[in-house]
Amino acid sequence: MSADQQRILARAAREVVAGQIVNLGIGLPTQLFHHLPEEMEVLVHSENGVLGCCPRAVGEAPDWDMIDSGGAYIATRPGASVFDSAMSFAMIRRSRVDLTFMGAFEVDELGNLANWKIPGKFSPGIGGAMELAQKVKRLVILCSHNDKQGNPKILKRCRLPLTAPTCVSRIITDKAVMDVTPEGLVVVDIAEGLSITELREATEAHLIVDEARLGRF
Amino acid sequence: MTLLYQKFRPIEEAIAAIPNGASIMVGGFGSPGTPFALIDELLAQGQRDLTLIKNDANEPGVGIGKLIEAGRVSRLITSHIGLNRVAIAAMNRGELHVAMHPQGLLAEKIRSAGAGHHGFLTDIGQGTEIAHGRQEIELAGRTWGIEPALYADFALVHAERADRYGNLIYRATASNFNPLMAMAADTVIAQAYRVDEPGSLALEAIHTPCAFVSQVVEVAPATSEQGRRAHVG
Repeated sequence: MSADQQRILARAAREVVAGQIVNLGIGLPTQLFHHLPEEMEVLVHSENGVLGCCPRAVGEAPDWDMIDSGGAYIATRPGASVFDSAMSFAMIRRSRVDLTFMGAFEVDELGNLANWKIPGKFSPGIGGAMELAQKVKRLVILCSHNDKQGNPKILKRCRLPLTAPTCVSRIITDKAVMDVTPEGLVVVDIAEGLSITELREATEAHLIVDEARLGRF
Repeated sequence: MTLLYQKFRPIEEAIAAIPNGASIMVGGFGSPGTPFALIDELLAQGQRDLTLIKNDANEPGVGIGKLIEAGRVSRLITSHIGLNRVAIAAMNRGELHVAMHPQGLLAEKIRSAGAGHHGFLTDIGQGTEIAHGRQEIELAGRTWGIEPALYADFALVHAERADRYGNLIYRATASNFNPLMAMAADTVIAQAYRVDEPGSLALEAIHTPCAFVSQVVEVAPATSEQGRRAHVG
C-alpha cells in the first residue's frame, strides 16, 4: 500500500463515530478494518449478509462460510448477526446503515458519483454500490485525487455513467478533504506540504477555500 | 409438488428432472452457499442452453464458471461478475448474454416472486442508466420504477443441514440468495451436508420451511476451501 493510501485511510478512520453501523466498500475502504480500534463499539456491515464483521485474528483459521462482500475470509465480533441478501439490502434501503466508504472513478461538484462502469472498457456489473450510494445516510469517498495519467477525478460534472446522483457527503483524497455543500465543494483539510494553487491545478471542480479555517492532514 | 416422503433423492435423479433450455436460480455469493455438488451433477448430465440466475459467476473453473466454460449457459442474470474473467470474455465475445441488476434489486425481484407477488415499486436507480426504459408509476405524489418479479423453473440451493422433508438451515454468510431462491422457483433442489429424520432440527432454527422445497440431496461435507468447491472431504 502506498504512503498516499495510508494517509487517506488514517484520515478516513477519523470519520467513524463509536456506536455506528458502517459499510466498507470493496478495495481501499475495506482496509479501514485495520484502522479502527478493536475496543471501539462499531458494527461493520457487509452486504453479502453480515453485520459485525472484523478481521480474523493472526493465525485464526478461516471459516469457509464466512466472507465479506470482497470475498475475504473474516471473523465476527460480539453483537454480530448474519442474514440473507434481501434482509441485508432492506437494512441499506431503510437507511439503517449510518456511514459507508467507497472508491470512485469520478466525483463532481453536485456530489454525483461514478464508480461502476467505463463503457467499452470495464463493465463487470454494479453489485451493491447503487443501493449503498443512494440510501446510506453518509457516503464518504476515498480515492486518489488524480488518475494514473494525472487527470483530475474531482470534476465539475461526471462524464461516466452515474452510480447515484447527489449522494456524496465528503471526499477524502491524497491531496484534500472536501465537503459537498449547496454552495459547491468546500475544502476542509489540505495535505501537508501542498499549496492551494497546486490543489486547484490538480482539480477540475471549483473549490471553495476559507484559508482561516483550513486544516492539514 | 412432490409428496413429503418422496423428496429425499439421489442427486442424479434430482438433477435429471432439469431439461435443456431451463431457467435455473443458483444460490451463493462467491463460494459460500454455492451448491457445488448440484452444479457438478448438472455439468455431468449435459443439459444445454441454460438461463442461470446467480449473484455472481463464481471464478474461472469454479461453480457455475464450469458450466459457462463448457458452453452450456446461453444467458446469465446477475449482479457482478468481476471475479470471473472467463465469463467477462464470453460476454464480450457475445457468446454469453448477460443481464446485470443492482444486487439489492436482484435479491428483491427474487424475493418478490417467492412471496407470491408480481413485482414492486422502487426509487433505486433513479437518475442512472438502470432506470432507462423502466416502466414507471405515480403514487403518493412521487414517481416510482416498477421492478417485475423474477421467477425460474428450477432453483439449486445449498444448506448446512436439512431433514428429508426439505426443511433447511443455512450457515453464516452461506445464506445470501439461497432462502430467496428456495421460494421463487417452481422446482427447488436443495443440497445439504447432513439430511436427518424429520423432528431432528430445532423448530425455530429452520430458515426455509419444507413446503418450498421439492427435492433434497445429501452431499459430503468438506473441510477445506478447495474441498468445499469440489465437495470432497
